[in-house]
Amino acid sequence: MNPVNYLYLAALLFTIGAAGVVIRRNAIVLFMCVELMLNACNLAFVTFSRLHGNLDGQIIAFFTMVVAAAEVVVGLAIIVTVFRSRHSASVDDASLMKL
Amino acid sequence: MENLIGFLVAAPLLGAALLLCGGRRLDGKGHYIGTLLAAASFVIGAVLFAEMLGRGEHDRALHSKVFSWIPVGGFRADVAFQLDQLSMTFVLLITGVGTLIHIYSIGYMEHDERRRRFFGYLNLFLAAMLLLVLADNYLLLYVGWEGVGLASYLLIGFWQHKPSAATAAKKAFIVNRVGDVGLSIAIMLMFTTFGTFTFAPVLTDADHASEGKLTAIGLMLLLAACGKSAQVPLQSWLGDAMEGPTPVSALIHAATMVTAGVYLITRSGPIFEGAPDAQAAVVTVGAVTLLFGAIVGCAKDDIKKALAGSTMSQIGYMILAAGLGPIGYVFAIMHLVTHGFFKAGLFLGAGSVMHAMNDEVDMRKYGGLRTYMPITFVTFGLGYLAIIGFPGLSGFWSKDKIIEAAFAKGGTEGWILGGAALLGAAITAYYMTRVMLLTFFGEKRWGTTPSPDEPSAEPAAESAGAHAEPHPHESPKSMTIPMIVLAVGSVFAGGLFSLNDAFLTWLEPVTGHSHGDSPLSAAAVTAGTMVVLAIGVALAWAQYGRRPVPRTAPRGSLLTRAARRDLLQDDFNHVALVKPGQYLTRGLVYLDHKLVDGVVNGTAASVGGLSGRLRRLQNGYARTYAVSMFGGTAVLIAATLLMRAV
Repeated sequence: MNPVNYLYLAALLFTIGAAGVVIRRNAIVLFMCVELMLNACNLAFVTFSRLHGNLDGQIIAFFTMVVAAAEVVVGLAIIVTVFRSRHSASVDDASLMKL
Repeated sequence: MENLIGFLVAAPLLGAALLLCGGRRLDGKGHYIGTLLAAASFVIGAVLFAEMLGRGEHDRALHSKVFSWIPVGGFRADVAFQLDQLSMTFVLLITGVGTLIHIYSIGYMEHDERRRRFFGYLNLFLAAMLLLVLADNYLLLYVGWEGVGLASYLLIGFWQHKPSAATAAKKAFIVNRVGDVGLSIAIMLMFTTFGTFTFAPVLTDADHASEGKLTAIGLMLLLAACGKSAQVPLQSWLGDAMEGPTPVSALIHAATMVTAGVYLITRSGPIFEGAPDAQAAVVTVGAVTLLFGAIVGCAKDDIKKALAGSTMSQIGYMILAAGLGPIGYVFAIMHLVTHGFFKAGLFLGAGSVMHAMNDEVDMRKYGGLRTYMPITFVTFGLGYLAIIGFPGLSGFWSKDKIIEAAFAKGGTEGWILGGAALLGAAITAYYMTRVMLLTFFGEKRWGTTPSPDEPSAEPAAESAGAHAEPHPHESPKSMTIPMIVLAVGSVFAGGLFSLNDAFLTWLEPVTGHSHGDSPLSAAAVTAGTMVVLAIGVALAWAQYGRRPVPRTAPRGSLLTRAARRDLLQDDFNHVALVKPGQYLTRGLVYLDHKLVDGVVNGTAASVGGLSGRLRRLQNGYARTYAVSMFGGTAVLIAATLLMRAV
């Protein structure tokens, strides 16, 4: 199978994620969409690694996973705190900073 | 001796500084300080004069450099004085007549609470005028020139609480400024042409310069002289300047200010001799002004304004003479000196009359004053005889020579100029006789309540009426003594100057002199002058001496009415200069509002509107920003790919 197809899949996944970030309001769903975009990137990196025949892409994929895990820890904590104080996970409700 | 020259200027300048900065504690003695310092300047002048007479006629000029004013590279401007026969004549006239006017002012301004300030300004006037005539270069002369303008502004507007005086002062200052521009341009032209503006090199090199340049310089100098000396077309300030206290008028008209133009032209003689066109302009201005002023003088009922018209006319004679070249210089200056005596005397006499008449200036409300004020009558009368050129008195000697010189110009030009001068002499005789008859002769037209046929007496007269009836009385000694001295000068100065041609020999080394070929003999000119003099006097007597004079002026002919309005000088200025100026400013204001403000406001409004619209993009939803980021990235990637494809 042509590895380029994996790139198309990655682009598709990224687009779905991006569309989700833009369209959805629920913070949890947004979060999952961000994860989707990160993983699409990972897929692209791994594919490039394969295409070029070296391991740089795979190493970066690991880095991304670590950063994503850390981000999930912080992000979820924030979302839970916000939900506790406002009883809503909608991002539009958290508009204290908006003029 | 050279060091004394600086003190001539320093003495009155010190007086001005003391009196203007000294504050109230000098109020009681300020006028004595001012008078003493003016007199000190005169004494120094007299000492220098005596010393000058002791030297040979070609090394009489003294130079004294005080300090280097602006030494920059090749450019040098020095504060340096030059005292030659011409400056000496002016110094004696300025300080002598000036001192007499100071003494007179002690009495005249006795009841004015700002007398100290008045004397400070008078001293400043003298200092500026002395600086003007003593400077050895045009730049320092310009300093004095401006100083004279400033002092005249301060003095004309001395009674600044009167709006008319404040306006007159501004008018004098602004009209003078027009002339001053001429002088500054002339100085710049001199500098580019000769590389210096010191008198000696400029005037000796004048014949090396091209005629075009000399004409330009000459015309600019003439413009300057027109401003200061109130010559047509810059004459309009002189009549209004009568708003100042009378001693000021005497000072401006006799000793300072208006004589400056004559001095400038005489001093710059070599420039004019190299530029016949400029000379022609000078004589034209002189001839026109001498008739203009005389005609205005005939119609004025205000005694001071009639005298102002007469000054304009007499200065016209001097400018005419100065424009004639070497034939005329000496006589211009001689007439200037004799005029200084009799005009100062006439003004001081007019002031004395006004002093006695509760500051009434309308001659139609005088009459029969000769028995009430005998000293004023006699001194004024002698001044009158001198100005009309009665044989033997000062004016006769100097004016006659000018008329002669005008004829000697030769050709048609000579006939025209001589004719104008002769006609001017007739008109002078007419209006001065009129002043004399209206003021001192006839039945008295003051005191009784205004007759019902003059319901609309002007407001000034109404307020003067509050002083109750005038009680004419002779003025105090401090006022009559200067008048007597000046009257003596008016009688004898001309004769003394003409004795053995004393004045001619005195000034000739500086100004040069040449005898023209007159188509008429001197005797014929004198006879002609006598005839027109008699005609003028007779006409005035027929009109004002034989018949009673109405207290309100009759409507008069078209010319009379025009002359009462100063021959429409203000109307002309208004139509020709003020109105277009106003239209121009109005147009510019319109352009400013519509064009400049339009562009500025339009830019601001469009920026405001655009940002108002763009602001809506900032809706505060993070995802909107995310969309724009995605969109931007997509565009960038697309562009990169596209570029690569191309």
